[in-house]
Parts: sequence; C-alpha cells; structure tokens
Amino acid sequence: MVTAKTKHQPEILEAVVIRFVGDSGDGMQLTGTQFSDTSAMFGNDIATFPNYPSEIRAPQGSLYGVSGFQVHIGSVEISTPGDNVDLLVAMNPAGLKTNLHAVKPGHTIIIDTDAFTKKNLEKAQYQTNPLEDGSLENYRVIEVAMSSLTKEALKDVEGLDNKSITRSKNMFALGMVYWMYDRSTQHTIDFFNKKFKSKPNIIEANTKVLNAGFYFAETLELIPNAYTITPAKMASGTYRIIMGNTATAWGFLAAAEKSGLELFLGSYPITPATDILHELVKHKHFGVKAFQAEDEIAGIASAIGASFAGDLAITTTSGPGLALKGEALGLAMMVELPLVVVNVQRGGPSTGLPTKTEQSDLLQALYGRNGESPVIVIAASTPANCFNYAYQAAKLALEHMTPVILLTDGYIANGSAPWKVKSVSEMPEIKNNIVKDVTENWHPYDRNEESLARNWAIPGTPGLEHRIGGLEKDKVTGNVSYVPENHEYMTNIRAEKVKRVQNYIPNLETEFAETGDLLVIGWGGTYGSLHSAVKQLNEEEGYKNIGFAHFNYINPLPKNTEEILTKFKKIVVCELNNGQFSKVLKMNFNGFEFLQYNKVQGLPFGNTELIEKFKQLVK
Amino acid sequence: METTAVKKYTFKDFASDQEVRWCPGCDDYVILRSMQKALPEMGVKKEEVVFISGIGCSSRFPYYMNTYGMHSIHGRAPGIASGVKLANPNLSVWVMTGDGDAMAIGGNHFIHVLRRNIDLNIVLFNNEIYGLTKGQFSPTSLVGQKTKSSPYGNTQPPFSPGELALGAQARFFARIGGNNPKEMSNIFVEAHKFKGTSLIEVLQNCVIFNDGCFTNITDKAVKEDKQIFLEDGKPMIFGKDRNKGLVLNGLKLEVVTIGENGITEDDILVHNAKEKDPTLHQMLVRLEYPIATGIIRSYNDVTLEEREDALTAQVKANSNFKKTDDLFFSGETYEVK
Repeated sequence: MVTAKTKHQPEILEAVVIRFVGDSGDGMQLTGTQFSDTSAMFGNDIATFPNYPSEIRAPQGSLYGVSGFQVHIGSVEISTPGDNVDLLVAMNPAGLKTNLHAVKPGHTIIIDTDAFTKKNLEKAQYQTNPLEDGSLENYRVIEVAMSSLTKEALKDVEGLDNKSITRSKNMFALGMVYWMYDRSTQHTIDFFNKKFKSKPNIIEANTKVLNAGFYFAETLELIPNAYTITPAKMASGTYRIIMGNTATAWGFLAAAEKSGLELFLGSYPITPATDILHELVKHKHFGVKAFQAEDEIAGIASAIGASFAGDLAITTTSGPGLALKGEALGLAMMVELPLVVVNVQRGGPSTGLPTKTEQSDLLQALYGRNGESPVIVIAASTPANCFNYAYQAAKLALEHMTPVILLTDGYIANGSAPWKVKSVSEMPEIKNNIVKDVTENWHPYDRNEESLARNWAIPGTPGLEHRIGGLEKDKVTGNVSYVPENHEYMTNIRAEKVKRVQNYIPNLETEFAETGDLLVIGWGGTYGSLHSAVKQLNEEEGYKNIGFAHFNYINPLPKNTEEILTKFKKIVVCELNNGQFSKVLKMNFNGFEFLQYNKVQGLPFGNTELIEKFKQLVK
Repeated sequence: METTAVKKYTFKDFASDQEVRWCPGCDDYVILRSMQKALPEMGVKKEEVVFISGIGCSSRFPYYMNTYGMHSIHGRAPGIASGVKLANPNLSVWVMTGDGDAMAIGGNHFIHVLRRNIDLNIVLFNNEIYGLTKGQFSPTSLVGQKTKSSPYGNTQPPFSPGELALGAQARFFARIGGNNPKEMSNIFVEAHKFKGTSLIEVLQNCVIFNDGCFTNITDKAVKEDKQIFLEDGKPMIFGKDRNKGLVLNGLKLEVVTIGENGITEDDILVHNAKEKDPTLHQMLVRLEYPIATGIIRSYNDVTLEEREDALTAQVKANSNFKKTDDLFFSGETYEVK
C-alpha cells in the first residue's frame, strides 16, 4: 500500500464523475469497479454505469468497440451515475473521440499517448492528431506514455508475456486516479491477492503497475493538486456494493428462505438478464435449482412445472424473451399458479440494442398475451431496491396465486450502488396458499374470500389429486367448461383478483412537494435521474412547487394515484420509450392532461435535459 | 419422505369422474385403459403420479386420470414435466403427447428432454395426422399422403420418431401397436421402472382422419408376420410359425427363415436392449419389414437428477453458507457509523 505525500491538504469536493474508456479488452470495467468499490468503502455514496458494446471483443481501436465505465462518487446523496464528466481517462483515440462530448469544459482528460499511433488515429477516424491540432484546448489534458511506463515498471518481473504486460496498463491509470482523489490502493491490492492467488507474478505485476501510476501522479507537475470527497451521510449499518442483477437474484434467495420453499429458476441466456442466472447457479448450497433450458419457452415451462410441484418458481429474461414466453405466461395466469417473470428491459424492438437500456416493454408486460390475461406488474427503480422488488414479486405471486412480472432494465441491472444489507429476519412475512388437508367438497379453484387467491394443492398430497389446464374451467369444480356465463365469470374473477392486490401494496408517495405547479411522474429505472433533477430544482429559487411521484406498482396502480394527480396543475410523465406509461395513466384516469417527456436512445435521462424541460413547463 | 405401504389399487382408482370424449373406436381408449391397468402394477402412490400434456387429441389424457395432471400448451409438456420432476424427484411424471405436439411445434423440447435424461416417461401417440385440427399432415405423415392441407399429396418427408429419439440420445425407446393393450401395459410398467427418460411410441389409429394407417402392421391377421416383438436376451424371431429371424448381413439386418439354407436358431441375433452402443437399436428402429415393437432400447445411464443431486451435496458440504444472511454479510461489506 502506498499513501499520498502531498504538500497541501487535498481540495475537498462534494461529488465527482469519472469515466474510464478504452478498448473492450482494456479492462475498463474492472478499473471502474475497483475505483467505485474503494470509494464506497471509504464512505462515499456512489452510482455506477457500465457502457459496453454487444461484441465481446470488437476490433481493436474501433469506435464501436469502446467500452466505458462511469462512476459518480459523493459526500452527498448520489442517485445517478451523473451526466457530465469531471475526469475522463481515455486509453485510446476511439475512446477519446466517442466520449469527449461528455467532459465538462475546463476539466481533466488523462490520455495514454502510446495508444495515439497513426493506425489507431485512423481507426478512430481522426484526420489529425487531437493531441496536436489544438482541439483539446478547452480541457486540461494530462498526457502520459502509459504503455511504456507500464513496461518499464515491469522490466524486472519474471515470467510475463507481452500480453500480460500490455493488459496491466489499466492499473497504471487506476493508480493515477487513486492519487488524484486521495484514495488508498489497499482494497485493489487485496483484490489482486485474492483473484490471482495461484499466480504470484501476476499479483506482483499488477501491484507494481498500480503503485507506479500512483507515484507517477504524485510527482507529476501536470497534476497541481489532489482532491478528496469526504464520506457521505448515510444511515448507519452494514453496507456492500451491489449490482442490480445480483440484488434481484438475492431478493429471490431471501424470499425462498422466508417462505420455506425451494427456489427454482428456469432460464435461457439473454443480455442483459443473464447475470441473474449466473448468480443463482452459484447457490446450490441453499438448494437453489437453476435450470438452463433449451430456449426461453422451456425456461418458463420448467418454471411453471416447478410451481405446480410446489417450488417458488421464477424465470428471467429480456424483451425478446418475454415475447417468446407470452403463451406460457398466459397458461400460468389461467391455471393460477405463482410465478415470477423478470424482464430486464433493453433497447427494442426485435434484437434492438441488447446492451443498452430502455423502458419499452411496459405494454408488452401488461398486454402481451392472448385473451383477457391480467398479471401483476411491478418495477424496481434502483440497483439496490431490485432486492426489495424481487422479494415483493415473489411474495405477491405466492400470496395471490398469480404470475408477477418484475421489470428492471439494463441501466439499473448493470449499475451498482451501496446497499444497506438486509437480514432475512427484517423482511416481511410471506404466506402461501398451500392446502394440505382433505376436506369434503374440496376443489382446486376454491378461493380465499378476500384476496380471491385459489388454494395450492401440490402433487404428493394424498386426496387432492386434480387436473388443471389452459382450457376454461368451471368456477366451482374446476373441470373443463364451455358454458358462456361461466367463462365471463372466470374472466372477471381473474381480473378482480389482480385488481384486489391494490389492498396489499403501499400507497404512492410524492417527494419534494405534495401539491403545486408540476408533478413529475416516472416509473422503474429512471428514479435516480428524475429524483436528482427535481431535487436540484427544488434547491433553486422559484421551483419549490415541483413534486415527484415515482411508480413501482404498475398493475394494479396504487389506490391513491388519482388523489395525487389532482393536487398538481400540470403533470409530465417521463419515460425511456414513446409514452407507454402515459397511455396507461390516460386509460385509467379521465380529465387529466398527461404531458410527456420521452427519450429512446438506449441511454438514461440526462440531468440537464430534465432540468431544462421542467423549467420550461413551470414557466 | 416417509415410506408408507402403497395401497393395492385397481384400474378404477385411476379413472377420473370426467366423461371421456375421444371419437368412438379411437386407439386412445386403449392407451387410457392400458395406463389405468399398468399403474396399480407400478407400486406407486396415486398422489405421486403426475400426467403432463400439451395440445392435441392425446393431450386430453390427464383429464381422464384420477391423479395430478396438467393440460398445458402446444409442444411444451416436456419443459413443464422437467420442472415438475426437478422440483420433486419423488413423483412419477408422465408426458402424454402426439406426433404434432412432440415433433413439430415441440420438436426442440422433445430432443432436449431426451438428451438430458431426466427420469420422465413420454408416451407418444403417433397417428401420422393432426386430429384435433381436423386432418392436416403431421411430421410423421407419409410422402404422397392426401390430407386437408395436402390435397394433392404430402411433399414433406417424415420423421421416424425412434430414429429421431435415438439420434437425440434416448436411453429407452419402445414401440407398440395401439391395439395391443396387454403388451402396452407391460411396457408402461417397464418405462416407469427405468431410471431416465423413456419414450414409448404407440402406433395409434385415428378412425376419422387416418383410418387404417397401421392396419397392415397391427391387424390381428398380419401382426405376427409383420411385427417382430423384441424381448431383451431373447433371439429375434417372429412370424406365425416362429420360423423367421433377423441376422446381420454386412451393415444391414436381413430376414432369414430358420430351417432354410442351413440357418438354425443359433444364427439368429439375440436382442440386447441394454447395450450402450445404439447402432443395432437404430437399425431395428429403421427396419421396414418386420416392424420392430417392444422395448428396443433400455440403456441405463446417469440421470440429470443424479448429477444435480451429487453436485448439490458436494457444494453443500464445502460451503460456509447455510442461510442467506451468511452470503449477504460475507465478503466485501463495510460499516457506516
């Protein structure tokens, strides 16, 4: 471990946004993760945003092969990875070209000059070298021959091939950034020791390069001072940094333990949902049964079978996969079995933008099945609360005997943030509708009078043998029925069952203002962007009466929704699609004008665009 | 699971109170009755039997069984059944399917379920036609067959279910005529005993849309001459006079007559259903004369559940994670005061 020996006290900043960019094989995700974890352990609030191409190893140096990782750290509450960048670390010309627009004028860019060769400049479609043509005049550019310095630092380490040497230059950059932001290298060194346990020369190499970067920054005259971001005020407790997809997986683990049921996952790999599968397959020690099926349909089909047999069953996917699962989801709805379908939304339609974020599967989730087939739809809104909403999805499915669609998106699924670790003992109880005793006149579709949930008779239970299926069934006996009035009755009772979930979910809350000129509405993964924009406006004079209401429950909507809508003069619904939730609100609530702010670029909302829009609306 | 003695059932215990709605004279009635008769012989508790079906005439089956069951969606029964079995390996799980359900819309699931070797039993009602949609050609219809969707004759060559199944690594394959309830019941019992995925193809007559499709094989008058009923460990002999047999001639099976050209019973191949190498089983499956029936292949292999159970036990033994809290609070956590 090395520590800074700066002459002056580092300058204190409230928050800073750093972006690491390079080739998709340059290790930018690792570099970014190390910096954010170190900062979180130091006590900062953080939010991260990885941004990478869908190609695994795109051609070296190409514009579309640029991989980036952005982290926002602060001594104040951080709810987004930030828009504009205070520090850009560009490992090659393509990275500089595709990310320069995000750097605030006057702010810093660290560049590996060794990568600015004629060939790489051509690949990045630069006519002239930006380091020489004056196009970076408005920035503070720190030019470092990182590749050569890395080689130099490693000249005495034995048993390293050229590839390993070149690969560790990202650690040189990380070392520099650690010094600049007054961070210790210890966490990363611990990481090397654990990760490369059996390869001492790799540990030595990475540690050397990291330290070399750190010392280089310290002695470099180009960096006038270091900065520090003091710890944020956060509720006391045990924390860890968690990615949205991991939080989702863990929410299900907790729900399985709390409900006393075994967890079954039927899934097929699809970006950006696959990490949930990757996480759950690890946990055989908890008895998790994770089944990688031959396709999306077999994924949900196996989950329906496991649910019939008494497991807490889930299936995970992204937009195109949800389309494939549609028919089976209708079956689960028809046979009224508990099932959670996670849709980690990505840019659509069709294959769309697999690694980018969007919220355009909302209407598919609500209506993408044949016949009248309502299901519960809920949405997580931050990386950390994916845990809560996965748990809640399982609870609602089990307690109401219905499929639940949990919507997350690529932005919160891949993003990470501090999570105040929840013990299972703190989580709410999960009841189930399992029936064990044989009573006279028992029928498989006997319902709980209040929730209308049917009872759940599991194969293996003597005396409760019964058949269920996709055909309409008689309301009393559960046998196949084509009676017209019975079909209408059953259609209505399935809808009413989902509607009554309103009685079991929390009311909608408003933030910043309970009444006023403008209500900003969002749902799902845009919480961070919208929250921080409205918060920022509320701190300015003249914008105190902008309220913010964010929906996690989409079907059914919270009971008090209309009441909240009436309290504001204007309403704007902000979504990363062309207005799907505003359509839902229009259908449900007459007499309101729902203004829209939409973006369909595969990117999250930016702070500046939101603030501009809201200011314009309250003018 | 507690082990209590299994009640002595009769076939009536397995009949549900629902009126059976197949066409009069359909072989499906034979399959239903054979299953209801086989179940008491299996020594399995009624509440531990599950029938899963897809869509089609065959798939109405679960409604008529007084066991657990699900009539699901077209082609997906193998997926659902896999989930049932993985969730509760104590259950005896049956997939009831047809040639369209299993090999057209459900073709992908069909080959993968066989490949994995989960301990499931699949009964394939093969009538070489779509019945419930009223008479279109299926993936097993013959070239030239005139159907509602091929009025000038079918141009799509058929699958042979057995060949497809063995190609997909099926460990158990049996074939039986739809008019042979006694042997069908026995095969169901054997399939239940077999650990792994077992597939039983029933040559099932559709009286309405493809009547007589197997008559030249299954009719009582020709059955013994046109079929060879295979039994493990017994010579491959067939014919009314029990004087025909199979020998290997180069890479082909050949029919010979015992007592002619110096052929004796010792020259006849002996059936080994348990053989790992499926070459001879494949040849038997493809044979056009005689048609091979009975249990053609029954090779014991590790099941998916056995592999999964072993891994789970190993992971559990080596893990410090007993409760989710152990995981959540492990590794890189930090305290905020």
